[in-house]
Formats: sequence, C-alpha cells, structure tokens
Amino acid sequence: MTVKTMREALNDALFQEMRRDPGVIVIGEDVSGGAGGSSGSRDAAGGIFGVTKGLMGEFGDKRVIDTPISESAIIGLANGAALAGMRPVAELMFADFVGVAMDQIYNQMAKFRYMFGGKAKAPIVVRMSMGAGMNAAAQHSQTIYSMLSAVPGLKVVVPSNPADAKGMLAAAIRDDDPVIFLEHKALYSSKGEVPDGEYVAPLHGASLVQSGKDATVVALGRMVSFAGKAAAKLAADGITIDLIDLRSTSPIDEEMILESLSLTGRLVVVDESNPICSIASEIAAIAAEKGFASLRAPVARVTAPHTPVPFARELERMYVPGPDRIEAAIRKAVKGE
Amino acid sequence: MQQSRTDILKAYRQMRMIREFEERLHIENRSGEIAGFTHLYAGQEAIAVGICEHLTDRDYISSTHRGHGHCIAKGCDPRLMMHEIYGRADGLCKGRGGSMHIADIDKGMLGANGIVGGGPPIAVGAALACQARGDGSVAVSFGGGGSSNQGTVFEAMNMAVVLKLPKIFVFELNGYSEHTGEGYGIGSDLAGRTRGFGLPVFEADGFDYFSVYQAMADALEHVRAGKGPCALIAEATRYFGHFEGDPQNYRAKDEVKTLRETRDALLRFRRKVTEAKLIEAAELDAIDAEIVAFIEDCVTSARKAPAPGAEIMLSDVYADY
Ligand SMILES: Cc1ncc(C[n+]2csc(CCOP(=O)(O)OP(=O)(O)O)c2C)c(N)n1
Ligand SMILES: [Mg+2]
Repeated sequence: MTVKTMREALNDALFQEMRRDPGVIVIGEDVSGGAGGSSGSRDAAGGIFGVTKGLMGEFGDKRVIDTPISESAIIGLANGAALAGMRPVAELMFADFVGVAMDQIYNQMAKFRYMFGGKAKAPIVVRMSMGAGMNAAAQHSQTIYSMLSAVPGLKVVVPSNPADAKGMLAAAIRDDDPVIFLEHKALYSSKGEVPDGEYVAPLHGASLVQSGKDATVVALGRMVSFAGKAAAKLAADGITIDLIDLRSTSPIDEEMILESLSLTGRLVVVDESNPICSIASEIAAIAAEKGFASLRAPVARVTAPHTPVPFARELERMYVPGPDRIEAAIRKAVKGE
Repeated sequence: MQQSRTDILKAYRQMRMIREFEERLHIENRSGEIAGFTHLYAGQEAIAVGICEHLTDRDYISSTHRGHGHCIAKGCDPRLMMHEIYGRADGLCKGRGGSMHIADIDKGMLGANGIVGGGPPIAVGAALACQARGDGSVAVSFGGGGSSNQGTVFEAMNMAVVLKLPKIFVFELNGYSEHTGEGYGIGSDLAGRTRGFGLPVFEADGFDYFSVYQAMADALEHVRAGKGPCALIAEATRYFGHFEGDPQNYRAKDEVKTLRETRDALLRFRRKVTEAKLIEAAELDAIDAEIVAFIEDCVTSARKAPAPGAEIMLSDVYADY
C-alpha cells in the first residue's frame, strides 16, 4: 500500500491496463496535450486534471489519442473501435459535456448488445469529471449519474476514494459492457492508501464504510466523506450509523442496503444530484418496496435542490449537501424531531 | 468605411476597457477572491470591438467561455460584470452564472457559454428572429478555432445557409484550444471548409481593429443584402493561459512576450491613429487613465457588494419560482 491521490490512483490503473492489454486505448481532448503548440512538448497536459499524464511517453500517439473538440465523434470513435475489437477509454473532461455526445452514449453504445441480438459487445469506459466544489457553475458541475443510470445497457460507477478509483477503473476497462466512470473533481487531490502492483476491485457492490445501530446512511462519491464527518459528530451524542458507500449506481447493491436497513430501521440517502428521479429517489423506492417492514421512520433524502448548480461560493456551498445537513437529517430520522 | 473621430475614440475606449478588465482580473485571480474558471480575452480585443462597433442592441451575439471581451464590446456594464465575476448578488446574473455565463439579453448579448459549440446554434435562432422582424438586424456567433470542430457548429452553419439567415459566424483563431494547438484539431483549412458549407468567408487581421472593422462591414453588407450567412475569420492570440492558473506547458516561453511587443492590438491602434494625426496621444492617455481608475473602482465595489443568499439560489428556475 502507498498513500496516493485519486488522480495518481487513476493514472496507475491506466498504466496497468494499457500495459496488460494492447487493445486498450485512451481517447479525448488534451489527454496528452501540446500537439501543434510552440513548446514542442507532447505531454503538455495529460488530461486537464492530470489523470492521463505520462501515457503518451510510454504508449505513443496510436494509443493515446488527442482529439479535436468533438464529443459526439469522440464517443463515436470509442463505439466503433469497441465494436471492432478494441477496449477504448474515452474521456469527456466534464460530465456536463455528455449533452453533446448523448446520442452516441444512450442510443448507440448502451443498446448495441441488446439490439444486435447479443452478438455485439461494447467494452468501453467513458471517464468524466463530475460534481460541484470548484465553483465551475451550471455547465461544469453536474453529477449526471441519475440520468445515465436510467439507461438500460449502461453501467455507472462512482468511486469515492483512491483505492477504489484504481481498482474500479481497472475493472471497468476489463468489463465487457459500457461503463460510465464518474470521477468527482473535488476528490482528485484527496489521498488514501492504494494497493501497489496489479489491483482490480469489484466494479459493483456497495461497501460498508462503518457500522452502527441507529440508521443506515447511503452515500456516494464526495458525499461519502461528508457523511463520515456527520457520523463522527453524531457518535459524540451516542448515535451510530451504518455508512454505505454505494460505489455503483447501476446496478445498485440492493442487498446490502436492505440488510442494513433491517438492522437499523432508518434510512438516510445522501446524493449530490438534483432530487427528482435521483439515485436517492431510487433507493427510497427500493426501501418502500422491499424494506417497508423494517422502516421505523420516513426515508430521508439529502440532495441538492431542484436548481441548476449556481456559481457564487455562498450559493454553491448551500447547493451541495454538506456535513451539517446530513447530520441534521440523520438526527431527525433517529430522534424524529 | 470611414469612421468619425468619435467612433474611433469609442472603439479605443472599448478595447482599453477590455484590456484593463482582463489584466486586472489576472492580478485579482491570484488573490484567491475570485471563484471558478476564468478565461481571459486579452490579446483578442480588436476582434470583439471591430465587430461589435457595427452592432446595436437590436443585433444579437452569442459568446464563449472566453466571453468578457464580447460582453463589454456588446454593451454589458463592466461594473456589473465585475460584480458577477466576484459572485455578488447585484452582479449581472445575480452571482448565479459567474465569468462563464455572463449575459444581458436587453443588450442583445445571448450569453457566454460553458459548452464549446453551444453558442452558434443559438445565434442561428436569433438570426431567424431578426429575419422575421425584417429590420436589418443580424446575429453573430463568436467562437474559437477549436469550436469550429464541433458538430453543433457544422449543423448551425448548414441550417443558416438553408434558411438564408442574417447570421455571421466569427471564428477567432488564437492559436490554441486549451493545451493543444488549434491547427492540430482543425485538420484542414478552416476558410476552405467554411466555404464548403456555402458561407462566403471574410478574413481579417485579428490584431488590427481597422482590418476587423472593414471585414465586418463587408460581412454585414453581404447578410443585409439578403444573401444569407457568412463567416469572418481572424487570427489573434491570447495573452494569458487557457484559464487562470494554466501553466501553459504547450507554449514556447517568449511567444507571448514577442507578440505583445510586435503585434499588440492597442499599441497598433494607437500608432495608426496618432501617426495619421486623427487623434492626439494625450487623448488616448486620458482614456487609459480614466479606465484604470474606473476598473479600480469596479473591483472595489465588487469586493464590498453583498453575497447572494438562498432566495437567489431558489428562484428563477421557472417563470413562477
Ligand atoms: C463541449 C465542450 N467540450 C470541451 C470543453 C472544454 N473546453 C473549454 S474551452 C476549450 C477550448 C476551446 O478552444 P477554442 O474554441 O479555440 O477557444 P479558446 O479557448 O481558444 O478561446 C475546451 C476544450 C467545453 N467547455 N465544452
Ligand atoms: Mg482557440
């Protein structure tokens, strides 16, 4: 184990998988950078968040492909290359840019296997940075996993820590279905222990971060650490929780959630996305359908409001569900006040 | 096309306003007070101003992530823009949008845009409205060289041609798209490609206000004659990084220094109008001083302006809340 940032852990996974399988290619804007620039550097960026740094040097421009600003064609490139036997990892710098490439994602890659009678596979990873936290405003801060999780054929995962970032990215690349891989931009510099050497983690399945008796708290992405902060405060008052890191929003690990709920009787879901048709809603529905008998309090959803992501620091802070709001929601679920 | 002394002084003032606004933001960005992504327009002033000096509030423009220059040139209030960039409640967009989303519909400014290629289709729609009004108004989309590779832009160009709209596609070639040279992504000759869509292309030297002004006059004559859309392509440079904080590893060390010394749009303007004895250097100096003081005051008032509260976050999602 070595302490690394999430950025480094993701970079490790890309090196690991590109060395292992010559069919793995990386495609995107500025994934190496510098082409046609006056400095002569061909690794001037390594992705705008530095995740693909150094790949160009080892794998060259046949496997590390800088593209024009053409998201629809970037995903199309991944789609066609995958159908023809490669394992592309496409990067859309910001998850918000899926809008430009949506047809290739939700009408094309998601449906190949099914529409084509099970004879096609699309082993594609689409990496995107997501989430608020950088005051990047309405078109550079969205989470989008709810929207994409609603599409049959897509898998959607959201790592919350560096070890998972490495292991899940490796697993996503090896997976034979299209995986939307969402990296929270506020977590790129967060640090954690990361296994050395070859490492692959389960792509799906939630993980129990801490256990307690009073409530089940399901969180994902950046919200996991926020929920952890809330839990630390509640522990001082004798309230303890099961904190579940969802990890994957498609599929969702119902079993772990329901089992925990059966022990705690209370469910709080923390989701950075807008509330309507959200992952929080989905989990609330699962609890209502399959865990109703366990519920001793109404399910609480802690989400962003039904607004675009605002720019100003003060507004973004209010928008993102923070540790205080999470703490209050858990307290209310437990104490009923 | 002849410009009066008043016009020339106004154009200079606008260019200086943009330059000072951006140079000052570059300094203020280091203080950590300004949140989010800020993309500065310094170095490209002649393009925004050379084009917008032809337009009135009834004409429309769409802009990009690098929008401050277009906003100022189209008549947005620089003080309210500064407040917006500082995320203040009394900013032009109530602190909700920030640098990348400044807009002022009353001024015909349809928004900076966080999505590369997001603006041109919108401007095509505005051109449709202009055509319907039949008052000679036009719509202009600004876009970088990199944006010219978006399918959305291809579609917008073709749509404008099909509908014969009064629409001008401006492409500002500043050398880079983020960390990559623009030439790498464009892949062929941009003017030729644009002509292939059926758009006549007017080319200008984007470091030279008068060159851009003339090209825009020609472009307007074309669209106002009802001949459909056209494009205006101009080369310039950006003096700063892609965004504030960009280490610019893709760029040779002295590139900007050399361009600033040899091609700077403001110096060139000054030289041209003083050598032609149209304007006294002292008049330009006075404008410079006035604008430095004005921007200083904008920054001071932005710092003191109130932060937005929850009511601003939770309103204007729809017409009724
Ligand atoms: C759809 C979309 N893709 C990518 C980006 C990220 N991005 C922002 S600006 C930019 C480069 C734009 O280059 P160019 O059009 O030349 O404009 P310039 O920055 O040079 O003004 C990129 C890739 C984006 N904002 N939107
Ligand atoms: Mg450019």
